[in-house]
Amino acid sequence: MSRKIVPGVDPRLLIRDAAKLLPQPSRRLFLRSAAGIGALTLLSGCDIIDGDTAEHALARISRFNDRVQALLFDPNKLAPTYPESMVDRTFRFNAYYDEDEAPEVDPATYKLEVGGLVDDKKSWTLAELYALPQEKQITRHICIEGWSLIGSWTGARLSDFLKRIGADTRARYVWFQCADTYSTTIDMPTALHPQTQMSFKFADQTLPRKFGFPMKIRIPTKLGFKNPKHVVAMNVTNKDLGGYWEDRGYNWFSGL
Amino acid sequence: MTAEAIPVSKTSAAIHPPWVRVSHWINAVAILIMIGSGWQIYDASPLPLFNFTFPTTITLGGWLAEGIAWHLAGMWLFVTNGIVYVTLGLATGRFRAKLFPIRPRDVVRDLVAALRGKLAHDDLSTYNAVQKLLYLGVLCAGVVIVLSGLSIWKPVQFQQLTTLFGGYDRARYVHFFAMSTIVAFLAVHVALALIVPKSLRAMIVGR
Repeated sequence: MSRKIVPGVDPRLLIRDAAKLLPQPSRRLFLRSAAGIGALTLLSGCDIIDGDTAEHALARISRFNDRVQALLFDPNKLAPTYPESMVDRTFRFNAYYDEDEAPEVDPATYKLEVGGLVDDKKSWTLAELYALPQEKQITRHICIEGWSLIGSWTGARLSDFLKRIGADTRARYVWFQCADTYSTTIDMPTALHPQTQMSFKFADQTLPRKFGFPMKIRIPTKLGFKNPKHVVAMNVTNKDLGGYWEDRGYNWFSGL
Repeated sequence: MTAEAIPVSKTSAAIHPPWVRVSHWINAVAILIMIGSGWQIYDASPLPLFNFTFPTTITLGGWLAEGIAWHLAGMWLFVTNGIVYVTLGLATGRFRAKLFPIRPRDVVRDLVAALRGKLAHDDLSTYNAVQKLLYLGVLCAGVVIVLSGLSIWKPVQFQQLTTLFGGYDRARYVHFFAMSTIVAFLAVHVALALIVPKSLRAMIVGR
């Protein structure tokens, strides 16, 4: 399959639109365009490279890798922390949309909806969330693309919050919905990790819009895309509700 | 008929036993998957010190997610096969017999001979000093690429390993340079196999 650049069209926007048109997540692994070195030298003319066979095989191995990563995950192992001097204060905006398209959440009307396997399903105002005991962490944010930056986040431990709302911590997952169309699901052991944080501040300042105002879930034991921003709802569940990038082919566990 | 009259040449040992040939070709598939998908992953965020990306025509996977899917599937093939190969290489004594000793004097002599096009390769079962050095070198690059890869994949769970490579960002460079070493080896290795076709035959049928 040849790749043509359409003049006057931003390829990134084109890809984004194309992704929306695809009928189901499993079809979104665009193996048809995979004309890689392996294909050219070894597997050319062979169905395995661009058929559903390879697509399904890779998806199955990715799920196997989820299980391996869950076994490798040590709930007591902390991500390395760094001194204040190493914090990158400019940091980097990163999303599937441009910075001026980031959701604008009104702090006055904001509510965090809580649902699923929890005793107390009352929603939380920003003032109530800010009143939770908070702590600061300086950790490395690692993007699936490969780049990394050291940042400083301040907020409440997610594990404390889950206990406070009477969450069934034997449930398998916690799902987060964001103010945009973003969502992600994480495993319960990671949700209970001491460094998994409901972050309200970046570099000691109120979390700016570009970094996820009013609340980001900071998980230094997972790749950046598993750290949702502008979180408006969370759900404790036994059902994997997927996520924006997970549904598009990124490995589900994506632990560090 | 006396025993001495029976020809023995037909029954002489293969240059490469079956386990070497099988693991060699599994490794060939695995390393091409790892290199092609690795280039796709690299392109998502090129290393800051380098100002280039790999052309999409030679990368494996249509975009980042597919590159990663191939890379983290291929790693099982590459690592499992590599462990079997190294274990058998050590256990059977093949590494010791084929790759050692490597004397610096011999390396210089054979390198000069090779560059003059005067290096003999009549006996495929014996490696010259340059070959020994290259095979040992690529084995080491293989170990480094696996360990640096692990330190990039799991910089929290295997953080001591990541520290050993100078931290996450430097481990990416180590991984890249190990890849470059293997690609450079491959260029020489494949070129020489084509120049001396009987060496290619030996790796397929054993002799």
